[in-house]
Amino acid sequence: MRNRKIATVLKQILCIILCIIVIAPFFMILINSFKTKNEAARMALTLPTTWVFSNYAEVIKKAKLVQGFINSLTYAGVATFVGVICAAMGAYILSRRRNKLTNFLYYFILCGLFFPVNYVTLIKVLSTLQLTNTKIGIILAFTSAMIPFCVFTIYSFVMTVPVELDEAAVIDGAGPVRLFFSIIVPMLKPTLVTCFILQFMTVWSDFLTPLYLSSKSKLFPMTMAVYQFFGKSNNQWQYIFADIVLTCLPVIIVYLMGQKYIVGGLTSGAVKE
Amino acid sequence: MNKKKVYPYWFLIIPLVLYGVFFLLPSILGVFYSFTDWNARSMGQVNFVGLKNYIEIFTSDKNYLSGIGHTLMFTIVSNIVKLIPALFLAIMLQEGLKGKNFYRTILYLPSILPFVIIGITFKSVLNYDNGLLNNFLDMIHLGFLKQKWLSDLNIVWGSVIGVDAWRGIGYVMTIFIAGLGAIPKTYYEAAQIDGANFWQRLKSITLPMLTGSIMINLVFGITYGLKVFDIIYVLTNGGPGHATEVMTTYSYQMYADGAYGMSTAFNTLLLVLTAIAGIFVVRNMSKKEVQQ
Repeated sequence: MRNRKIATVLKQILCIILCIIVIAPFFMILINSFKTKNEAARMALTLPTTWVFSNYAEVIKKAKLVQGFINSLTYAGVATFVGVICAAMGAYILSRRRNKLTNFLYYFILCGLFFPVNYVTLIKVLSTLQLTNTKIGIILAFTSAMIPFCVFTIYSFVMTVPVELDEAAVIDGAGPVRLFFSIIVPMLKPTLVTCFILQFMTVWSDFLTPLYLSSKSKLFPMTMAVYQFFGKSNNQWQYIFADIVLTCLPVIIVYLMGQKYIVGGLTSGAVKE
Repeated sequence: MNKKKVYPYWFLIIPLVLYGVFFLLPSILGVFYSFTDWNARSMGQVNFVGLKNYIEIFTSDKNYLSGIGHTLMFTIVSNIVKLIPALFLAIMLQEGLKGKNFYRTILYLPSILPFVIIGITFKSVLNYDNGLLNNFLDMIHLGFLKQKWLSDLNIVWGSVIGVDAWRGIGYVMTIFIAGLGAIPKTYYEAAQIDGANFWQRLKSITLPMLTGSIMINLVFGITYGLKVFDIIYVLTNGGPGHATEVMTTYSYQMYADGAYGMSTAFNTLLLVLTAIAGIFVVRNMSKKEVQQ
């Protein structure tokens, strides 16, 4: 009994230490984002002697964060919405109509979970379609890259929706489109929300795609804006830290709001046994 | 019910076209262009050069080979460093520790953040003069452990893998926790009665029952490791020298230099590596489905 208590205490201590290791860098960034230039450069864990709130206003202007925020929101919002709906349509047919062809297509799409995107030739494809350096081009790249993961996750969920529902709807005279959007989509809602949240955060965090596909700073999402700013801010850490806080904030909010969907969804495709 | 009518194939058109045109086609084109001298100056005039790009990668003295080696090393080491501690953490939290949901939320947090942010953050944390880590070591009088974390050739990979683990362990752990939750408690009770200790339970119940979660962690871990870019690009940019260069950073560098053919050759090699990993995993997955 006594041993168990000691073990529990040790476990608690270990967990707390790990949490501190995770939190400490964030804490350091947060408090240093309110300091003056010289104080922030010391990167200490002490509270600021004077709170400089204007760092934020300054960095929003200097790092073009409003533009970055709008771009990030456009890319993540549009690409994820289109991607999840398209993937759901695909996964639904692949799962409901099982035959050699659909089985092949399923694994064909799954290949995308592993393969790297070839950005150099993607740029060539986009330029053939006259979509280089456009928002639509970047959105299409994001959308197509998320299709394998979404199909994979939604596919196994479709199997849990009883086919009898489809039959009842068909008897009531629903066509395929109505059946899908008014019967199936509501039933798939939990997994669709999960896919949406996970992919939204993935696109928001992505760096490689805009690095290759946007050579105009007008098209930069927040991640690129931060990186650019970091490169030319020559050690004005107070601004860099404020920039980091502002870039992280949206994903952290989405994460805290959608937490239960994330954990459930990460594993729904994975751990079905 | 007429399946052809109720589940029309045209539903597949949009996802397949998107996937085909913007994901698969570039990969296939990439394989083709990797055998050419395509570059920034070749204005539509592209010549077939056979295996020249690949020969260059494998025989030149420009460290390309070590880039491939680094990629494989990172894939293996970073997965070991994440999977094993994450498994024990998951088991610990699963056994009903107080506040486990709070710990879970916190430990998962880093994996949702942009790599760029994590990279810049750790550039500051690992800064030699003022960084959080060295400051902390000074504070607890372990100053002799201070390192030039990102510029010392012998340390830099440890730092990169450490930062990567800091980000990734919570994610791996979350998948393990879900897997552990699916194991019936009665198994453990039976083992308890038989007097099995922790390691015996781990070996005969936990690990065999966790195959699904281990598999999924390996899939994501291996493909992530092979394709790693952001964290290295931001933290070290392949340096010091070429010490932390990987396949994707070379591929990007070639692209930036205008050597598109070489860049696609690197990407094609990466494609082959991920395909091998993918075939291995998909085979195992479909085998399991047959068993069910």
